[in-house]
Amino acid sequence: MIELILDGLALRVAAGSTVAAALYLGGDGSSRTSVGDQRRAPVCGMGICQECRVSIDGQRRLACQTLCQPGMCVETHA
Amino acid sequence: MNEDFDLLIIGAGPAGMAAALAAAPSGLRIGVIDDNPLPGGQIWRDGVHAHLPANARRHRAALAAAENIRLFSATRVVAIAGPQQLLLEDDERAWRAHYAKLILCTGARELLLPFPGWTLPGVTGAGGLQALIKGGVPVAGERLVIAGSGPLLLASAASAKQAGAKVLRIAEQAPPAALAAFALQLPRWPSKLLQALQLFDASYRSNSHVLAALGEERLEAVRLQQNGKLVEIPCKRLACGFGLLPNTHLGQALGCRIAGQAIAVDQWQACSLSDHYAAGECTGFGGSELALIEGAIAGHSAIGAQAKARALWPQRQHWQAFADRLGRSFALDPRLKQLAAADTLVCRCEDVSYGEIAGCSGWVDAKLHSRCGMGACQGRICGGATQFLFDWPTPTPRPPLSPARIESLLQLAEPDEAG
Ligand SMILES: Cc1cc2nc3c(=O)[nH]c(=O)nc-3n(C[C@H](O)[C@H](O)[C@H](O)COP(=O)(O)OP(=O)(O)OC[C@H]3O[C@@H](n4cnc5c(N)ncnc54)[C@H](O)[C@@H]3O)c2cc1C
Repeated sequence: MIELILDGLALRVAAGSTVAAALYLGGDGSSRTSVGDQRRAPVCGMGICQECRVSIDGQRRLACQTLCQPGMCVETHA
Repeated sequence: MNEDFDLLIIGAGPAGMAAALAAAPSGLRIGVIDDNPLPGGQIWRDGVHAHLPANARRHRAALAAAENIRLFSATRVVAIAGPQQLLLEDDERAWRAHYAKLILCTGARELLLPFPGWTLPGVTGAGGLQALIKGGVPVAGERLVIAGSGPLLLASAASAKQAGAKVLRIAEQAPPAALAAFALQLPRWPSKLLQALQLFDASYRSNSHVLAALGEERLEAVRLQQNGKLVEIPCKRLACGFGLLPNTHLGQALGCRIAGQAIAVDQWQACSLSDHYAAGECTGFGGSELALIEGAIAGHSAIGAQAKARALWPQRQHWQAFADRLGRSFALDPRLKQLAAADTLVCRCEDVSYGEIAGCSGWVDAKLHSRCGMGACQGRICGGATQFLFDWPTPTPRPPLSPARIESLLQLAEPDEAG
C-alpha cells in the first residue's frame, strides 16, 4: 500500500494505482472545476481529454496517466 | 539534453512494439516513446486491475530484452523542434530526440459525442471506463450503463463485470440487420467469432442510444431511446463511446498527408513525407491483429528489409478486410447529430455550448466567435465531435502539441547543441 494526500486528507491505495483511482478511493472522483464552475471527473482514461488534470506537488498532471507515489500531494481544487 | 536515434517510434501499443521488434535485428539505435506509465497501448494497457494476455507479456519481455531498443515511458511529444527532431517531456525534464527515421504508432482515441448531461461526473468513454478500471478505479457493486457503438462496448462491459460492476444495459446504436450481417461474416476470422461468443451479454440491445445523462452534481440516471421506446435507468456510471478516431495530430503537425480521418500510408506503411512511416490505428482503426502486422511491416520497411515486409502483406489484407467489415456494420446513424441541445457543451475545456457554434461556417469562424477548441485538449475531443456533427475538417494542430511546462517550451528557443 502507498500513502498519499488528496485534498489535505491522507489516503492509502494499492501500489500501482493511478491518481485517477485515488480520486474515487478518497473522494467523489472529481478532478477539477470547469470555467463554468462545474465539477468534472476523468472521461477518456487515456490522456487525451485533459478533464482529469489535477495539481500534484504543485505541478499540473493528468490523473489517468500518473501512478500514485508515497507522499504525493494531490489537489483537485487548485 | 539531446539524444540521437536511427529509428524513433512514437507509441508503445501493439503497433509500436511490433515495429521496434521487427527493426531490432538491424542493430540500429531504436527509441520508443509513450505517454503512459507502462507500455501496452490501449488493448494491452497494464495496471493494478489489468490482466495481460500472454502475447502482450511476450512482446514486453522481448522489448526489454533487446539491447538496442530503449523505451521511454511517461514521455510525451510536446513540439517539433526542427527537421527530424522532436521535443519530448517527462515528469522531470524536457529533451530533444533527433532521428533518421520515424514510425508513428500513435493509435486511436474514442469518438465522444455531446448529449445533455455528458459533462456530469460519472459519465466516461466506453473504452475510457475500461482504461480507468485497469488503473484501479473501483466499480464493484456499482450499477452502470454502457452505450454508443462498436465492439469496444462489449470489451468494456466484460472488464466492468470482472471488476464486480452490475452492467444493466449495453445500448448499441447500430440496427439489428447490420449486426446480423456482421455476425454472419465472422467465421472468416475464427478468433474473432470466438471472442464475440465469449463477450456476448444478455443486456445488449441494438438500435438503442443515449438521449441524456440525468443528475444534479453527478450522474443519477440515464435516458435511452431503446428500439423506439424511451427508458430511464437509475445508475452510477454511464460509459459512452461512438467508435474510434485515429490520432493524427502529430502526423498532421509533421506534414504527413491525411486521407479521410487517418494518416495516409503506402503498401510499405510509408507516409507522404520521406523517412516517416505510420502503423496501427493512427492509419485507420482495425484492432490489435492489424496493428501488430502493420507495425511489423513498418519496422521491416524502415530498416530496408523489404522482403520480410512484403511477406506480411497477405496477413494485412486478411485483417484489413475484417476492419472494413467492422466499419460498415457500425456506421453511425445520422440521427445522433441531433442529441445535443442548444445549451449542451461541445467544448468541455472552455465550456462552449452547441448553440454558440452551431451557426458557424467552420473552425476559423467558431474560433472567432468563441474559445471552442482552444483549451487544454487542443480540440482532440470537440474536433472529433464537430467533424461528425457539422462535417468540419479536423483543426490544424498548433504547438505545443500537448500541454507542457514553460521550462520545456523555452528549450525550443535555445540553440540546438547538435548530437
Ligand atoms: C480506450 C480504448 C480501449 C480499447 N480497448 C480495447 C480492447 O479491450 N480490445 C480491443 O480489441 N481493442 C481495444 N481498443 C482498440 C485498440 O485501440 C486496438 O486494438 C489496439 O490497441 C491498437 O494498437 P495501436 O498500437 O495502433 O495503438 P494503441 O494501442 O492506441 O497505442 C498507441 C500508444 O501511443 C501513445 N501515444 C499516442 N500519441 C502519443 C504522443 N504524442 N506521445 C507519446 N505517446 C503517444 C498512446 O498513449 C498509446 O499508448 C481500445 C481502444 C481505446 C481507445
